[in-house]
Amino acid sequence: MTAYLKLDHIDKSFARGGQVSEVLKDIRLTIDKGEFVSIIGHSGCGKSTLLNLIAGLTTVSAGAVLLENKEVDSPGPERAVVFQNHSLLPWLTVYENINLAVSKVFGRSKSKAERHDWIMRNLDLVQMAHARDKRPAEISGGMKQRVGIARALAMEPKILLLDEPFGALDALTRAHLQDAVMDIHSRLGSTTIMITHDVDEAVLLSDRIVMMTNGPAATIGEVLAVPLARPRRRVELSSDRTFLLCREAVLKFLYERHRFVEAAE
Amino acid sequence: MSIQTIEDTKVKTFPAKPAEIIAFTAKARRRFDPIAIAGKLASTLMPPVVVIALMLVVWQIACSSPTSSLPPPSQVWNEAYDLIAHPFFNNGPQDIGLAWRVLISLQRVAIGFGLAAIVGVALGALVGQSIWAMRGLDPVFQILRTVPPLAWLPLSLAAFRDSSPSALFVIFITSIWPIIINTAVGVRNIPQDYRNVARILRLNPLEFFIKIMVPAAAPYIFTGLRIGIGLSWLAIVAAEMLTGGVGIGFFIWDAWNSSRLPDIIVALAYIGITGFCLDRLVAAVGAFVTRGTTAK
Repeated sequence: MTAYLKLDHIDKSFARGGQVSEVLKDIRLTIDKGEFVSIIGHSGCGKSTLLNLIAGLTTVSAGAVLLENKEVDSPGPERAVVFQNHSLLPWLTVYENINLAVSKVFGRSKSKAERHDWIMRNLDLVQMAHARDKRPAEISGGMKQRVGIARALAMEPKILLLDEPFGALDALTRAHLQDAVMDIHSRLGSTTIMITHDVDEAVLLSDRIVMMTNGPAATIGEVLAVPLARPRRRVELSSDRTFLLCREAVLKFLYERHRFVEAAE
Repeated sequence: MSIQTIEDTKVKTFPAKPAEIIAFTAKARRRFDPIAIAGKLASTLMPPVVVIALMLVVWQIACSSPTSSLPPPSQVWNEAYDLIAHPFFNNGPQDIGLAWRVLISLQRVAIGFGLAAIVGVALGALVGQSIWAMRGLDPVFQILRTVPPLAWLPLSLAAFRDSSPSALFVIFITSIWPIIINTAVGVRNIPQDYRNVARILRLNPLEFFIKIMVPAAAPYIFTGLRIGIGLSWLAIVAAEMLTGGVGIGFFIWDAWNSSRLPDIIVALAYIGITGFCLDRLVAAVGAFVTRGTTAK
């Protein structure tokens, strides 16, 4: 069986004013359908660049991103991104923001009533149906991120890409949203890639954790499988032996073998 | 008095709570107090009324000598009373009220400015979106925008061979530059996130223009439109003085030729008030259209 998503020997370098800086070097990774994979690494290691490559927002310098054996070379709704700063359009209401995506993706295949039901179903999924007529400025940061997730899910993507989705949120809101994402993943079985720099978050949510070495020319240092049964509950896991071992493994990788060197930025 | 108490509590003692409560009740009371509302209205209306009254008095004193070259306000009131009191009279083709003349001028502005708004936003979007369009067009725009409105008039008269399209062209060419330049800045400032959203949704250029670019750049576009309408109102009066017709600009020229100085003064007041209203109108439309867009 071939992989669902395959990152095949990817290099990425940026040329700026005659100087070429190598960001990613020889990234090799395969991800199965329905898998939840986290990418973790210190800031500046190119993990966001990697996500942008998968999204098609930037292009690879060498190698290829293959989704179901088809090369990814431009962005598209089958690889929906949830951005760190939600990126909702402030002049549209919550409903209209999702409608923009739904009418573009399903404008031909679904009738108007079907599209409405689909929007409301996705809002229900993130428990935001009550705020459908609010503008982004009128809801909290956590709620905005929920709407961002709903918008991405409403595109019915083959892969859901989360770019540090909870980075700008406070700890409690973050926990709520992590639970929401786990719940959605278990219900929809969506293949998900999440960028994070939070070790607990990575272990709690992921089937596998991809650990990146430091840049320049960062690559995948190690891939850790998280053999925890689902559904996972954060309170029980906090003393679970497997959870703690996984956590320790990631921490050791990040803070012992690949310590962040400030000058490397 | 209440400000003093707040400051006192803050300085003297550590809990600022009593002061906060005082401030809050004062605020709540003000909301239902008609006297306070009347007071606030008076405090915004009184200063300009006083200033205008003072100006009229000074003007009256300065121009009341028999040898004065300009008429005092009392003479304006007496001689141009029919223009002030009856803006909508209509006694034949050249003898109409000033409101009609203003409306005719406004119609010209509406056409010229409307065209400038459409072309300006489109060109501004092009310049803002494409680095090559910007490199090619921006220097040209920067030079052309400094040309005074009336300098275009001879050329447009030669090109159109008729006064009324020439006047329209002068309005168009005067008001288009701030619209182009502000739209371009607005488009250049569209956050990359919005562009990424559009790319992931695979919006085509037209959808991107309508659904992302125009709303995202709307605050800038309306700044340009507001400057543009002010300029076009400046240009229409000057253009009409030279091209003739029945607009308010020609009325001034006509009044000058027949030495009716009080009429000119009344016309100036009409022009000023109309320009002020136009500016406020565009500002209000802008505030309505861009509500919510500036908030993050």
